[in-house]
Amino acid sequence: MGKTPSKLILAGCLALTACFAGKAFAADKKWGQYQVEDRRSGYTFAAPETRAMQDDNFQNPGMLWAEIGEELWEKTEGEAGKACASCHNGPETMKGVAVSYPKYVAEKKNLENLEQRINRCRTDNMKAKPWKYESKELLGMTVFVRNQSLGMPMNVKVDGEYAPFFEKGKAFYEQRRGQLDLACKHCHEDFEGGQLRANILSQGQGNGFPVYRLKWSGVGSLHRRFRGCNKQVRSKPYGYGSDEYLALELYVMWRGRGLPVETPAVRN
Amino acid sequence: MANIKPRVRIPRKAKAGEVVEIKSLIEHKMETGQRKGKDGNKIPRKIINRFECKFEGDLVFASDWHPAISANPYLAFHMRAEKTGEFEFKWIEDGGAEYVKKAKMTVS
Repeated sequence: MGKTPSKLILAGCLALTACFAGKAFAADKKWGQYQVEDRRSGYTFAAPETRAMQDDNFQNPGMLWAEIGEELWEKTEGEAGKACASCHNGPETMKGVAVSYPKYVAEKKNLENLEQRINRCRTDNMKAKPWKYESKELLGMTVFVRNQSLGMPMNVKVDGEYAPFFEKGKAFYEQRRGQLDLACKHCHEDFEGGQLRANILSQGQGNGFPVYRLKWSGVGSLHRRFRGCNKQVRSKPYGYGSDEYLALELYVMWRGRGLPVETPAVRN
Repeated sequence: MANIKPRVRIPRKAKAGEVVEIKSLIEHKMETGQRKGKDGNKIPRKIINRFECKFEGDLVFASDWHPAISANPYLAFHMRAEKTGEFEFKWIEDGGAEYVKKAKMTVS
């Protein structure tokens, strides 16, 4: 006797669920600034809670690193008796700087990323000791400087003297490596959106770096992420700031061209 | 850990009877006591084990924390604004160290 109504209710529930699922899916397609053509920021692969953390400047723990950078901006160091602010004035002068890194430097005949640019400023102009790669100071300053360009589209050069580095980076990206014999592209191009254990594979975009990773309980650089990825396919990682990673950084930033700078982004 | 900076965000002004959101964040490693260091020995536990918020000396919110709380813990809660006064936020660490932050709110 009671069977028919309960069946009806069940059917109704199912219909409702299907309807909601359809809606959520449609909404997921609209990522606003976080999607350019088919390029999607890691933001769009993150859990809603993680996205909420990033969206709220106060809640975003990456901003603690930006504060470190903010303090160091004014701090006089080195024999030249200068601080960042002595030459660059306010941090707002750094607006738009981050989008074009890594850059080609003629005197080095090599690429240079923002971390290395900051350190070159320290050694050449401030006559101070360079910060260690992945130190709180260097990460803090990098986050702070990149954060000034928040929301601006990534735009690295890949032609002219950049071309050989771009090709090198592209080759790295497509080169199988490690015991697992996997290239970057196997996960981040062929299986983006797929599941890697409990994680959802993103496109491996670099626009949010240095990023606050919940797993790290802290901020880490793009090269740290590269090293992590390389270790996971059981290959030997290259060093921080190595030529291989600089070329790869250029290629990865080009892959994410047009995506907004999100530093400090929050990821799982 | 040297220079631990607590941060709070409260509305500076509120209307009487309004429910306001209080947000807090503290930079802290929250060392669980489960990890091993490079020498193979356990790193001793050092977490913030209690958070308290007092308003004009009255306890309005408190919570006991355990090792599963994440690093750099964020906490938000709501309270009804009734009078003008000063908040005192206190984070208590294992070993008894305290980090305190004060903030004023004007209620009209």
